[in-house]
Amino acid sequence: MSEKIGVYVCHCGTNIAGTVDVEDVAKWAAEQLKHRGVVIARDYKFMCSSLGQELIQKDIQELGLTRVVVAACSPHLHERTFRTACKNAGLNPYLCELVSIREQCSWIHADKVVGTEKSKAILSGGVERVIWHEALEPLRVPIHPATLVVGGGIAGIQAALEIADAGFPVIMVEREPSIGGHMAQFDKTFPTLDCSACILTPKMVDVGNHPNIKLLSWAEVTKVDGYVGNFQVVVKQKARCVVTELCTGCGICVEKCPKKVVDDVFEAGLGKRKAIYTPFPQAVPKYPVLDRENCTYFIKGTCKACEKFCPTGAIDFNQKDEYLQFDVGQIILATGWELFDVRRIPQYGYGRLPNVLTSLEFERLSNAAGPTGGKIVMKDGVTAPKSVGIVHCVGSRDKNYNAYCSSICCMQSLKFAHLVHERTGAEVHNFYIDIRTPSKGYEEFYQRLLEEGTHFVRGKVADITNSVRLPGEEGKLVIQVEDTLIGKQRRIPVDMVILSAGLEPRHDTKEVARLFGLSCSADGWMIERHPKLDPVATMTDGIMIAGCLQGPKDIPASVAQGAAAAARVVGKIQQKEISIEPVRATVNQDKCSGCRICNNLCPFNAILYHEDRMVSEVNPALCQGCGTCVAACPAGAITGTGFSNEQVLAQIEGLLMLNVKRMETIPA
Amino acid sequence: MTSNGKPKFAMYWAASCGGCEIAVLNIHEKILDVDANFEVVFWPVAMDAKYKDVEAMEDGSILLTLFNGAIRNDENEHIAKLLRQKSKILVAFGSCANEGCVPALANLSPVKDLMDTVYTTVSTENPENLRPQPTTTVPEGELYIPTMYPIVRTLDQVVDVDYYMPGCPPESHQIAAVIDLVIQVLQGKAQLPPKGTVIGAGGSTVCDECKRKRDVKHIKEFKRIQHVMIDPELCILEQGVICSGSATRSGCGALCPAAGSPCIGCYGPAEGALDFGARLMTAVSSVIDSNKPEEIERILDGIPDPAGMFYRFNMAGSLLRASRPAWDKK
Ligand SMILES: Cc1cc2nc3c(=O)[nH]c(=O)nc-3n(C[C@H](O)[C@H](O)[C@H](O)COP(=O)(O)OP(=O)(O)OC[C@H]3O[C@@H](n4cnc5c(N)ncnc54)[C@H](O)[C@@H]3O)c2cc1C
Ligand code: SF4
Ligand code: SF4
Ligand code: SF4
Ligand code: SF4
Repeated sequence: MSEKIGVYVCHCGTNIAGTVDVEDVAKWAAEQLKHRGVVIARDYKFMCSSLGQELIQKDIQELGLTRVVVAACSPHLHERTFRTACKNAGLNPYLCELVSIREQCSWIHADKVVGTEKSKAILSGGVERVIWHEALEPLRVPIHPATLVVGGGIAGIQAALEIADAGFPVIMVEREPSIGGHMAQFDKTFPTLDCSACILTPKMVDVGNHPNIKLLSWAEVTKVDGYVGNFQVVVKQKARCVVTELCTGCGICVEKCPKKVVDDVFEAGLGKRKAIYTPFPQAVPKYPVLDRENCTYFIKGTCKACEKFCPTGAIDFNQKDEYLQFDVGQIILATGWELFDVRRIPQYGYGRLPNVLTSLEFERLSNAAGPTGGKIVMKDGVTAPKSVGIVHCVGSRDKNYNAYCSSICCMQSLKFAHLVHERTGAEVHNFYIDIRTPSKGYEEFYQRLLEEGTHFVRGKVADITNSVRLPGEEGKLVIQVEDTLIGKQRRIPVDMVILSAGLEPRHDTKEVARLFGLSCSADGWMIERHPKLDPVATMTDGIMIAGCLQGPKDIPASVAQGAAAAARVVGKIQQKEISIEPVRATVNQDKCSGCRICNNLCPFNAILYHEDRMVSEVNPALCQGCGTCVAACPAGAITGTGFSNEQVLAQIEGLLMLNVKRMETIPA
Repeated sequence: MTSNGKPKFAMYWAASCGGCEIAVLNIHEKILDVDANFEVVFWPVAMDAKYKDVEAMEDGSILLTLFNGAIRNDENEHIAKLLRQKSKILVAFGSCANEGCVPALANLSPVKDLMDTVYTTVSTENPENLRPQPTTTVPEGELYIPTMYPIVRTLDQVVDVDYYMPGCPPESHQIAAVIDLVIQVLQGKAQLPPKGTVIGAGGSTVCDECKRKRDVKHIKEFKRIQHVMIDPELCILEQGVICSGSATRSGCGALCPAAGSPCIGCYGPAEGALDFGARLMTAVSSVIDSNKPEEIERILDGIPDPAGMFYRFNMAGSLLRASRPAWDKK
């Protein structure tokens, strides 16, 4: 054994030492793994402290260590710390192995004997593995200064403006005709009740006018190639049938268009728009979109009213979808959320009972620019409700639908209660399971609502019906609920019910994730690199996430994430060059048979097939070292650096302690 | 060297079907070269010989032993050790000796279950429900039959092996080439490869030698060979029939796929691949074209016997070697 291995066992205060006899583990390694090359084994209170790191560095220099194994926490946390320590002492950082005896051992065991023995096994695996490590050099690549921002909701807008203001180019792609996202649909925002449009539209205008932002609305990303610093993206610019160079945004075409269509997107089905339209007056960009599916000319071949009246001749019925290609260095995804489909809870009567509304419908109903001009009225369009029930947690915190809390519905329900009070004077009942108001100013808002006289009924609504059982229920919607505070079933008749539906991942989140090489959690939200310490980065270098696509959150949190993602992006652009992990897969061209099993598997599209030579190859710049192809290649032709067969099998042998007690030959 | 000056040759069959012996005889007139260059001292299937004759030989006195068959019982192990001691070059010959082959599929069941199956099936006449016993006393004395081990092992799990020659059975042209090589070595015209080398086979895979056209694979349904007309040009796996060619060591010249039949993996894992079944399983499951769990289940149901399909040859040589119950009932 020619390697000289140093072993360092961390106490992590009592985090590890509480359940693992760390001194014993170190002593054991020094004696039992000596024949495997361990020349020194130490334990220390906090290996990650500068004193702990210095221990390693001193040993590298004085004992000439050629390999280092640290038994401490998860590599997610401190791999870089210990690699850097090795590097500073002149040892190639990739010759260091961090094994987790905290997350994978001390934290999940209570018995010290078990914890200690298991730690020895884990450490033994690390020692066997590190022997096979190779010295590696990180790859350096230049970084393109442009950034793609996908989704123009508040999170995407914030991110785009921060980057553009820092002086770097941004390409913003928004699927709808206008940016603004859901926030543009609201009248007031909790907890301050400031007018949503008043705070949002200046930002939208900034995006539209910014010299560093190229805004593509009515567009979608269709292809993503490349890797951090060097992505090539293809954007499908859907045909608007309006030549934006000529259009002045005067709106005459919209006014003259005779065709009305129910607006399911912006007006949540409560209002109508024209076949040629901008979703709302302050839309950015100002250019209308012609909805070819509903346009009379496209259906019947005649009309062209818009074309006739357009003063600049901007209408072009022959416009085709265009595919535009861009090079960008980094990508921020901010595609937001969708509302839980309340039809999935049939007992709440939505779609069947006219005055049961979704929360988004109520946002439009209460919006001064909405279909009723902000008048809160029932389906007949004139009568104001005298009593309103607001149901919290619809589709959230329920195993049958979504187990998670949608985080904004309590506050949004309180906001609604306030608006109903203020505008109609109606009696309001809020039905809640728990009230959750944890952010700044939120609890105060709740107190205010209590003072305004809103009734709070604690209990999960069982049923909403119009069938009359008791006097006083005629012509009403009856909310059946168990009031858990008084322990009684109650039937509360109201005129209008608002269902505070939860937030859900967009229906196409999985496809978007696949397109960008990201992954989604079981709930369907996109996964961040670390839930606490790296909430806007993803496992794919160069791709950030911000806002509700990462999980339900309110506007302040979405804005914070947008800004955080932008800061990360700008930081990288300013480095001009970045180093990427050298953990990569390679195909041994002699062993590859060209069976093409691997060809379609790479989530980063890193594998290409050479038709002429009948072999596959991995592009090291694209490969993220995920290991999918390595596992799939039946010929064993693909090796992952850092995860070679030798390394993995040696680690298994170590874990099984075969290095210390030679496996007795199988009993006869 | 013996009286006639020729180096000695031996061949032995342990747990095996006899196909390997036939493959050796199937080298036609090349067998005369064997006779011309070697003295055959031990080859139970072809000539009479007694174990005690081998026991009496000097250690290392046999130049070349081709050992086929897996180690199933104490007799297999005894002879393996004996031949190891007596031979200069010990070759694990054929799939059974290399990786356990079909006999090792028994590693998924305890011996008792195997015996029960063999001695109680409808076609078995066994009214007293008897089982073979290692020793039986008869008036003439003690009778002895070999004792079955709980699991089947490969040759190199029992003794040190010099070379590995895969195949079920090894192709005759490969055997002939190996014999040629040894003769050339004897004549000083060639050198033996390093110990541990796989001989009589290629370094890549059956796919590599297969002439069929291939594309990116999207499998929506697994079919069995009897249910499809195999397209003569296209990769068989792409047609939904599991072909083991992508995971199997080259050497046969892709005979099966050329004949319209899927490769069943008899040449064992490709160079450097450790667990044939695991390799092939991950590969095959990787190309299932669905993201829906129920649909994937349905597609997988098209593989009626996964263990037999993926571990037909490599059970004893695999990482796990045997299933838990087989290990436990020692
Ligand atoms: C009824 C209701 C009321 C609310 N009221 C408040 C409130 O008062 N205060 C508060 O703080 N929070 C409130 N919220 C929460 C608030 O809506 C969110 O925090 C906010 O919308 C998150 O912004 P976002 O940018 O992440 O997502 P979104 O607003 O959903 O924006 C995402 C954008 O991305 C676009 N997009 C989606 N997919 C693609 C794609 N594939 N390609 C291109 N573009 C795409 C969409 O068209 C959209 O423009 C409320 C939520 C609800 C349900
Ligand atoms: S042509 Fe279509 S979009 Fe233009 S005015 Fe007529 S219906 Fe409206
Ligand atoms: S390891 Fe293979 S599958 Fe994973 S990123 Fe690299 S090339 Fe793609
Ligand atoms: S799976 Fe392996 S053998 Fe098949 S094409 Fe890919 S690298 Fe080559
Ligand atoms: S999988 Fe079978 S048929 Fe397809 S290329 Fe390989 S050997 Fe040929």
